[in-house]
Amino acid sequence: MLDADFFRRWMTATAASVEREAERLTALDSPIGDADHGSNLRRGFTAVVAVLEKDAPDTPGAVLVLAGRQLISTVGGASGPLYGTLLRRTGKALGEAAEVSEAQLTDALRAGVDAVMALGGAAPGDKTMIDALVPAVDALPESFAAARAAAEEGALATMPLQARKGRASYLGERSIGHQDPGATSAALLITALAGAAEAGEAADV
Amino acid sequence: MRMLINVAESVVADALRGMAVAHPELTVDVENRVVVRRDAPVDGKVGLVSGGGSGHEPLHGGFVGPGMLSAACPGEVFTSPVPDQMVRAAAAVDSGAGVLFIVKNYTGDVLNFDMAAELAEDEGIRIAKVLVNDDVAVTDSLYTAGRRGTGATLFVEKIAGAAAEEGQPLERVEALARQVNENSRSFGVALSACSTPAKGSPTFDLPAGELELGVGIHGEPGRERRAMMTSREIADFSVNAILDDMNPRNPVLLLVNGMGATPLLELYGFNAEVQRVLTERGVAVARTLVGNYVTSLDMAGASVTLCQVDEELLRLYDAPVRTPGLRWGV
Repeated sequence: MLDADFFRRWMTATAASVEREAERLTALDSPIGDADHGSNLRRGFTAVVAVLEKDAPDTPGAVLVLAGRQLISTVGGASGPLYGTLLRRTGKALGEAAEVSEAQLTDALRAGVDAVMALGGAAPGDKTMIDALVPAVDALPESFAAARAAAEEGALATMPLQARKGRASYLGERSIGHQDPGATSAALLITALAGAAEAGEAADV
Repeated sequence: MRMLINVAESVVADALRGMAVAHPELTVDVENRVVVRRDAPVDGKVGLVSGGGSGHEPLHGGFVGPGMLSAACPGEVFTSPVPDQMVRAAAAVDSGAGVLFIVKNYTGDVLNFDMAAELAEDEGIRIAKVLVNDDVAVTDSLYTAGRRGTGATLFVEKIAGAAAEEGQPLERVEALARQVNENSRSFGVALSACSTPAKGSPTFDLPAGELELGVGIHGEPGRERRAMMTSREIADFSVNAILDDMNPRNPVLLLVNGMGATPLLELYGFNAEVQRVLTERGVAVARTLVGNYVTSLDMAGASVTLCQVDEELLRLYDAPVRTPGLRWGV
């Protein structure tokens, strides 16, 4: 079972990974966007870690709802509402339980991804974060490691696509040949989730 | 790239601090990033709130004041503001007559203003929204995010602002804003990429001797790249792109807008060419505005915006306005 600590570890690991990869995300955002994805997410997840330390919510759902609200309040752009909605809606779907199963997490995350698709109007293949998130959720029942692999594969697979949502869509065919920064950061989020699970397993031994 | 800044993280806050001391007629909340006209909320007057990424100055903070915006929310550079800012702005300017959000069609701006509208309505503020999407360079289809909002934002804010100043009700101000947007079309070209403070170098490569046609205001590349053209050729291309999309029967407002790094010497020369094409195409120009109004940091280049007006829209455009970036009739 996964408790509030697990979800805090997930958010902390995401923050560390976004910090590490911020420049790469911004570099990916330069040719097809406006070169700020890394710095925007870094600002948001730094704030998430700070608020989780201060408020220390004690259920998995509350951790994610608070993290999501914080992203909406600090990131701006499209990433703020989209990542914020992902975490908030996943958190709400988890309810008030003190611990949740991996199956419950899968269902909740699917609800979160559905909410992101509804908000942004993007579908798989549009060259957005959805292209990493949907395969990850599909693979999650198998294992955290499988979800990570699927997310990373999904992010790479955005390269040949033509963007149909977000700022890259304004470039039309010129968006082809560039990996989507949003799908890349979504893969970081799922990688951090797998990392949190592995750290938990190591601690259990 | 050499920039007159301290650190990238504080450019927006630093600019707001400077704006506050330069313009005591505005209330500038540096911490929460909201610029409000000093006398807000004005009794019985609809509030006009706009906002978007920073880097487009004087848009939007520079358009706050009597006759135009009631408040503006600057985001990070090229990044939309967050809902908290917009809700705060709406609360600061609402007199009970409601608030109109003027939103440029960028995914981030749209999503954040949508969330803000919900939150503000929860607080009992009546909200209407108008989306500005005038950029003909973007293929408008179900499979894109739609046309970008660019130069027409100035016309929407000016004309809706004048109507609000007269005490017209929210529904009417919203309808006018929508009409101005529907009557407006824009096209932009870049002669150089811009550099964001966070990146510190040009956001895209534009080799010497080439230009980007159909560029946006966020440093994203345009739709097409060509060998450098003359001012005359760029005017022909831009105006024709707009007129392929609209057929103005009435006179138009013309905005010849600089992207930030193109001097007025060039903009006025470009305006002469734009006016020549318009005359050739039989389009009468009622008013002309030339200058840097909707910029893109240090990008060189220009955009053209046309807005077809009737007598009422022209009267509202001519009404007095007193803001840092636009001022006449007072």
